[in-house]
Amino acid sequence: MNSIAKQSDKTIDIIIYILLGIVVLSVAYPLYFIVIASFSDPTLVNSGKVILLPKKISFEGYTLLINHKDLWTGYRNTIFYTITGTSIGVIMTMMIGYALSIKKFMGGKFLMMFLLITLYFHGGLIPTYLLVQKLGLYNTPTIMILFGSVSVFNIILARTFIRSTLSQELYEAAVIDGCTHIQYFIRVVLPLSKAIIAVLSLYYGVSYWNEYFKGLIYLTDKELYPLQLFLRSILIENAIDTELLDVEEALHQQRLVEIIKYGLIIVSSIPVLVIYPFLQKYFVKGVMIGSVKG
Amino acid sequence: MEAYAALNQKKPRLKRKKIIRQLKKDYQLWLLALPVIIYFIVFHYLPMYGIQIAFKDFIAMKGITGSPWVGFQHFERFITSYQFKRLILNTLGISFYQLAVGFPAPIILALMLNQTKNLKFKKFVQTVTYAPHFISVVVMAGMIILFLSPTSGVINHLIGGLGFDKVNFMANPGYFKTIYVFSGIWQNAGWGAIIYLAALSAISPSLYEAARIDGANKWHLIRYIDIPSIMPTAVILLIMNVGRIMNVGFQKTFLLQNDLNLASSEIISTYIYKVGLLDAQYSYSAAIGLFNTIINILLLVSVNRISKKVTETSLW
Repeated sequence: MNSIAKQSDKTIDIIIYILLGIVVLSVAYPLYFIVIASFSDPTLVNSGKVILLPKKISFEGYTLLINHKDLWTGYRNTIFYTITGTSIGVIMTMMIGYALSIKKFMGGKFLMMFLLITLYFHGGLIPTYLLVQKLGLYNTPTIMILFGSVSVFNIILARTFIRSTLSQELYEAAVIDGCTHIQYFIRVVLPLSKAIIAVLSLYYGVSYWNEYFKGLIYLTDKELYPLQLFLRSILIENAIDTELLDVEEALHQQRLVEIIKYGLIIVSSIPVLVIYPFLQKYFVKGVMIGSVKG
Repeated sequence: MEAYAALNQKKPRLKRKKIIRQLKKDYQLWLLALPVIIYFIVFHYLPMYGIQIAFKDFIAMKGITGSPWVGFQHFERFITSYQFKRLILNTLGISFYQLAVGFPAPIILALMLNQTKNLKFKKFVQTVTYAPHFISVVVMAGMIILFLSPTSGVINHLIGGLGFDKVNFMANPGYFKTIYVFSGIWQNAGWGAIIYLAALSAISPSLYEAARIDGANKWHLIRYIDIPSIMPTAVILLIMNVGRIMNVGFQKTFLLQNDLNLASSEIISTYIYKVGLLDAQYSYSAAIGLFNTIINILLLVSVNRISKKVTETSLW
């Protein structure tokens, strides 16, 4: 390599490092700010004195949140919806994913079309809403658990994974030995699919945890609200009930309104934030499998 | 003789057995697929039956089938309404803005990461940029509103600190689309880069070596090796994005809009929600929804066809 090329390589390297540095800062700073703002003195945060480090550390926001009944109702409901919804979703996805992975499965292609059509053509909001009402699922936990429990994308993910990890020969040998599909699925496919089961659980789990739209449309009973709906009322609509603020003066309340929001963001995101570093590789794996054209 | 006859009889019986066994095998596969099939029939195909209310005057008492037909009346009403132009322009405006700025962002990030030879730094950048993907849309919208607040938001404190006037971002329709698109990049560019990084890692090192011998510098490698090799992936993703052009994310738009920025933030999907569920104009709202879906499908089919001709890459 000649020296001119080397020289320009260095320049490009420097430019790339600078740009990536800017990217990292602009992604990380808002997240970092939320953390420091959540346990700083509210007045200092609101007046812009907290920029780089937390100041006058205070846990006022958090103490108020802990006593907030709605938050815990939301937490409880979301945990319930997430666990049940994810389990059902993963099981159903693996089952049909296995069926579709069998190349000799008559009707497999038709089934795939049947699923893919729904990606682009659907009844729309109103017909779906009317149907949910008619089925008697309106304002029930069932709709929160069932609806959205399988996605076409995840089915393709499962199918691609099973196809690429388990050889068709293995399956054929097992069938010759008298093994049925269901036996094979339970005894061979599931134990060998731990990685994809992890990926699917995470995908479904995160989407259930973050879900608010279903609740907004299909729930009227506050006792059934998922966490994100309560978040919406506080973060977006500024609807902090006075029960939450057992502090007397209105001014003091106003001061606390903003600080609660920072704490709330942290508290509601903790589960995802805690598992994220450990499971990052699984998420990435999921995207990789998904990118294989199959 | 007898033995021969028995042999002859056995043959068709074996064949039949084989067919039955084959059927039995498939029957179990259908059984495994059944829960999902039922799910899709109930939650995706049954609502399609309800689309007919777009051509009817839906009366709850009479149900979907019993309500009277009115033809294209609701479609005409929508197209001639004063809202129509604004909704279409806002929907397309956000979408094209997002395609133009948001679509290349993960590609550029992936190309830069791919050139980073310091693996620790690379992994660090990836870990940081993936993280916002897992933040819920409610929290995301909450963060935007908090940060952009004219009185207590950190952005305005920074603007003020630099000696400029504070800006009430959320109350100004002119900023809405930019806020929407750039917050989307913030949240998803890192995640979107994964797929391109996978494509880039599949490039054979000998290709780079050969180019190096010919005197190529890093910029040449990016320009003539990296970019062409991720093109097929990019085209597929672009087609899929165009197929959703009319489906600007309802959730984030809905959360970010307020009475003051409505002029640029009201899009078809938020309008459908308001007219349909809040005002209970079911038929009119369903008609708008159908109109939207059909435009989407037309876009998808035509872009796919163009791409097939021009780049030989297509969805089907």
